[in-house]
Amino acid sequence: MKIALLGNPNTGKSSVFNLLTGLRQHVGNFPGVTVDRKFGKIKINDQESTLIDFPGTYSIYPRSKDEKVVFDSLSNSDNADYPDVVAVVIDAANLERNLLFFTQIYDLKLPTVLILNMTDIAQRKAIRYKLDGLQALFPEAVIVESNARIKSGKDRIEQALVSAPKRTGDNFLENASLLSPEDLAGQEQETELRFAKIRDELENLQSIAEKIKTRSEKIDRILVHPFFGYVIFAGILMIIFQFIYAFSSFPMDFIDSTFMSLSSWITSWMPAGIFTDLLTQGIIPGIGGVVIFIPQIALLFFFIGILEETGYLSRVVFIMDRILRPLGLNGKSVVPLLSSVACAIPGVMAARTISDWKERMITIMVAPLMSCSARIPVYTLLIAIVIPKETVGGIFGLQGLVLFGLYALGTISALLVAVLLKAIIKTKEKGFLLLEMPSYKIPRWGNVGITVLEKVRVFVWDAGKIILAISIILWALATYGPSDNMEKASNLAQKEAIGMQLSESESEQFIASAKLESSYIGIMGKSIEPAIKPLGYDWKIGIALITSFAAREVFVGSMATIYAVHDDGEFNSTLMEKMKASRHSDGTPVYTIAAGVSLMVFFAFAMQCMSTLAVVKRETKSWKWPLIQMGYMGILAYLGAWITFIILS
Amino acid sequence: MSQSLESISNGTTVYVKHIKASGLKVKLLEMGFCEGKELRVLYRAPLGDPIAIEIGSYVLSLRKDEAREIEVEMNETLRP
Repeated sequence: MKIALLGNPNTGKSSVFNLLTGLRQHVGNFPGVTVDRKFGKIKINDQESTLIDFPGTYSIYPRSKDEKVVFDSLSNSDNADYPDVVAVVIDAANLERNLLFFTQIYDLKLPTVLILNMTDIAQRKAIRYKLDGLQALFPEAVIVESNARIKSGKDRIEQALVSAPKRTGDNFLENASLLSPEDLAGQEQETELRFAKIRDELENLQSIAEKIKTRSEKIDRILVHPFFGYVIFAGILMIIFQFIYAFSSFPMDFIDSTFMSLSSWITSWMPAGIFTDLLTQGIIPGIGGVVIFIPQIALLFFFIGILEETGYLSRVVFIMDRILRPLGLNGKSVVPLLSSVACAIPGVMAARTISDWKERMITIMVAPLMSCSARIPVYTLLIAIVIPKETVGGIFGLQGLVLFGLYALGTISALLVAVLLKAIIKTKEKGFLLLEMPSYKIPRWGNVGITVLEKVRVFVWDAGKIILAISIILWALATYGPSDNMEKASNLAQKEAIGMQLSESESEQFIASAKLESSYIGIMGKSIEPAIKPLGYDWKIGIALITSFAAREVFVGSMATIYAVHDDGEFNSTLMEKMKASRHSDGTPVYTIAAGVSLMVFFAFAMQCMSTLAVVKRETKSWKWPLIQMGYMGILAYLGAWITFIILS
Repeated sequence: MSQSLESISNGTTVYVKHIKASGLKVKLLEMGFCEGKELRVLYRAPLGDPIAIEIGSYVLSLRKDEAREIEVEMNETLRP
């Protein structure tokens, strides 16, 4: 049996879904749109059913692309998601508007369950309704009351779902028939007729005590205040970022070292050969590269989950919308963009809450320009090499100013590109806000936890596959070369190492460097040298640019391999010395201020992160957007670095 | 005399008179802006946009552009 779970947004629909399915939920795709199809298997009286959670809508008629799935699934009995039973969740404190959608569904004449949810809030607002009167109005529906947030009503809902009777023909609106989604005039007329009848009926069914100023209204006085509203929001963001930085570095280091020791442990007992290399240098680090993002994603969605559950997020949208609108963004873009300062992956995933398609695409497209934490190791290394330790104006360190400038460059360019995309991306949909401001609630930890789990699961399974595949390809390109090139190079290096009387570890590094140089990636790095020469780079940088497509921070490790030094983390003084000393073939130094800053500008713009690309593919459900993104960011990086180099040299 | 919802000051209670014909009209109707509906303008975001409105028993925020589509009047007219 297929059961469709429907309802307006903010009715506690997802609480009901979590209540019924617990952790047995899965996420798939509705065809053709970017909304997730969440479903879960439930067992009632030994009968197994599939519960499908549809996106929250105010009407059966779609007002945006994503809402179309509701109409498509319910209007056509051949649709794969056409339900046997429909369950509509209704906010008991907001009957009038919720009943519009319910009566539309009721008139489809499918077996129907009405779940009156949030009865506690209705009580608090002194809203009383007559349950028997409601039942008389919808004689063929099963009506249950629940309070899903406190996990009350599960049995009642389950029994209602299996006992919903076949319909014999009762209609709420006489002669109602489903109109075409394009027939706006007809829909207007139908909506007016429905509301007229609903309001008449509710006069007898519902009583609302004299309006009292609610708690939410009082809290709003402060939280959307023209001054304190922003101060509080900035404060909350600071706290969130502090927590993310403080709590994610430990598990990330732990994951990193665990996967490294797993690799070396396997190397120690497996027979040497291609398969072991593939496993220990390709697959295990590849999986490690996926797992390492989990702490940041989990923490960020934990906080976003709380903001959403409490109702605060819609207040943030309220105070930010007017400021971001001229940029083609939405009030809801704030969280994705600011998250991207930590990492663009959860940032892009958080853009899901933006209901307007165009504004969501723009947000996703510019999010990776925000300076993420993976750029820090690259910037630190290059600043230490090329920027002198001087103070400007007596107080500001030049090195710090450059770092600040790079962050500013990322943010400003993100906003400028957003304005540009606003003019370029065409859409038939007219953007509107019409955002409900739900009353403040205490967050339900169960709901927050399930959101976190779902986001992590989606990232690991959907984006993880792509990340793993690309990292294996990159590993193969760095490990193999055409014919016996690498063997020759490694033999030659070995002889040279003996000749130079290097220690064992030094000669190992020397050989590794020679091997990388003669691998496919080494050859690619050398062959792009003419293209990157105008930017001030040599082929060694070329190699590191290609390897750091995996992730920006890989740049540092690759440089260490190329310069044959031990890679011991961010502050690698031997590497810095060697890089400082390196010369072009004409004897001029490679790392001048011009070349160094140009390289940093390149990293500020370039899409050097396969994981972000994989997530953008997953969130936009097509390769088109990630490819456009990689293209425009690449062009921006090249031009930006080129201009920087010309100006500074 | 009717005026646009956009021009109503905070804290005022008004009643929906008419929604201008546009693609947005049906959406506004669905959100509950039907004729005669009581609205209370609660507060505005900085720069006066968007506007938060109490409609029935819930709070909705809408942009100035959207509020401009809604004509309201100060007095309740009795529905027939």
